[in-house]
Amino acid sequence: MAKGRVRFHTERCKACELCVHFCPRKILGVDMDTINLLGYHPVKVNLPENCNGCGICALMCPDLVIEVERD
Amino acid sequence: MKVVATRPQSLTNAKFHYCPGCTHGIIHRLIAECIDELDQRENSIGICPVGCAVLAYEYFNLDMLEAAHGRAPAIATGIKRILPDRCVFTYQGDGDLASIGMGEIVHASARGEKISVIFVNNTLYGMTGGQMAPTTLIGQVTTTSPYGRTVEQAGYPIKMAELLAQNEGSAYIARTAVNTPANVVKTKKAIKKALQTQMNNKGFSMVEILSTCPTNWGLNPIDALKWLEENMIPNYPLGEFKVKEE
Amino acid sequence: MKGNEAVAEGAIRAGCKGFFGYPITPSSEIAEYMARKYPKIGGIFLQAESELAAINMVYGGAATGVRVMTASSGPGISLKQEGISFIAEAELPCLIVNISRGGPGLGGIQPAQSDYFQATRGGGHGDYHIIVLAPASVQEMMDFAIDAFELADKYRIPVMIMAEGTLGQMMEPVIPRKMVTEFVDKPWATTGCRGRQPNIINTLHLTPESLEKRNIHLFSKYAEIKAKESRAETFLLDDAELVVVAFGLMARVVKKAIMEVRRKGVKAGLIRPITLWPFPEEYIKRTIKTAKIFLSVEINMGQMLEDIKLVVNGEVPVDFYGRIGVNPNPEEIAEQLLRVAEREGI
Repeated sequence: MAKGRVRFHTERCKACELCVHFCPRKILGVDMDTINLLGYHPVKVNLPENCNGCGICALMCPDLVIEVERD
Repeated sequence: MKVVATRPQSLTNAKFHYCPGCTHGIIHRLIAECIDELDQRENSIGICPVGCAVLAYEYFNLDMLEAAHGRAPAIATGIKRILPDRCVFTYQGDGDLASIGMGEIVHASARGEKISVIFVNNTLYGMTGGQMAPTTLIGQVTTTSPYGRTVEQAGYPIKMAELLAQNEGSAYIARTAVNTPANVVKTKKAIKKALQTQMNNKGFSMVEILSTCPTNWGLNPIDALKWLEENMIPNYPLGEFKVKEE
Repeated sequence: MKGNEAVAEGAIRAGCKGFFGYPITPSSEIAEYMARKYPKIGGIFLQAESELAAINMVYGGAATGVRVMTASSGPGISLKQEGISFIAEAELPCLIVNISRGGPGLGGIQPAQSDYFQATRGGGHGDYHIIVLAPASVQEMMDFAIDAFELADKYRIPVMIMAEGTLGQMMEPVIPRKMVTEFVDKPWATTGCRGRQPNIINTLHLTPESLEKRNIHLFSKYAEIKAKESRAETFLLDDAELVVVAFGLMARVVKKAIMEVRRKGVKAGLIRPITLWPFPEEYIKRTIKTAKIFLSVEINMGQMLEDIKLVVNGEVPVDFYGRIGVNPNPEEIAEQLLRVAEREGI
């Protein structure tokens, strides 16, 4: 399996959860312990080791929150 | 590691003002990626509508103009006629393009203006608070069709892609959606094809993109995508309606 | 040549490279002239689908920094007002020609100066002005087209040439002006951001502070234009006790009438505003001490009359004579001047 890494510009996140919904490996969630300056619980990666860098989260993100890298 | 997804050069770093889950942001990014990939950033001029995307000039890292409601194709025409080697595109919503700007869009298409139109159809007026648009579906509840749009009162939804495909001047007309990753990828391909149609001087190009408005539809972003799939796509079929080869 | 042709040729000589218009009597010869000439000399002529589209094509064309224009008549100019407001706010230089006719509504194609309010008060929504030039001869139709583009570029403002339909249609000999070859730089133009930061042409101001700042900026520009560009022609004004104010072709008729009444001993003179906005207030002010009465002669129901009254501010009487749909002849005006002179003891 390809190894991927996601990075979040959490200050831009509006918690729409499109990335969470479309992630094929179901590794994303919202961070209920954090509130960003826009007033939302931003996205976080729960299982980073399971990311394959497919980029679908970034593809569906309307707010340029997510950057993806892949081996 | 190889970068799979990052902010394209043709977008600024400004935060989008759109509501959570609004697909304008996805479409902005796709346009910017296409302009980057075609190496047109310094050669492009974009025209924003009146509607939710009125502030798009703050988001695209390009020369941009803000138009009066519905007039973007006329402004694009003025620019393109004077500067025929530039990549000129408009970004318009359904109220802007299919209602108050119907004259401008039909004639830009009929003249075969070598511009690209990105038409975001979310079935209502978003910025003004969710009023009925020409694209509102029969039975759909909006603030000005509170009992659901009826044919008796407001007639039928307008299908812009089909309508403009009939014009000889139209060289590329497609309808796509941004409700799934696969459809987002197809949307990007269509946008790129529209820009290439312009760059190859073939004529008018438009991509109608079925989009969501979670706020005014009263749905969460994911349910809004489902609503799009179940209600919009059957009424607004996806596909290419005109591809002029020569 | 015809007045309409002269203004078109003047624009070409000013370096105007694009004409976007919609047919309307009595202005259509301007579009027709451009349609004939531009393909031969490398300019853009486009007949738009509507007046709205035409003015927005001008918005786009002007945004590229190239000199562009449109022409129409009253009802068409009304439709263009949305675009003119946007162009004024976006500070895009361009030429708008109004070969005017009588209104309101469809009115008629007969001569009139009924669009004075519309032209000088801005015309569209919001606080703004455009420069308005009123030619009185076919020669000036050509000359003012060149002046209009120079003013437009200098101040980044739309300029209107407003002429009665009669002037658009009448023929006079014209001495051609030289081609303009030097133009100001327009670093603000949207031409694609090669080698520079992107340019934005925008009229939206969401915060009260930026909206107010924008309006203050526009009005400081208008103040400068008022101070530097107010233009008028005077005729036999030095000893005039009866000061007639008339613009456009009407002013030429008034001159004849003045010569006529002068022969009968009436000290009449003329102020002919050339810029309708900015209204040449100083010319009126300088005359208040010697004038016994001002008489505004217009082909409307009394519009410029209000500007004269604002300047005179009650110090001397201001009277009005106007017709609509006809150019009064010199005899008719002379009769009015004699009537006023007798009444006022001039």
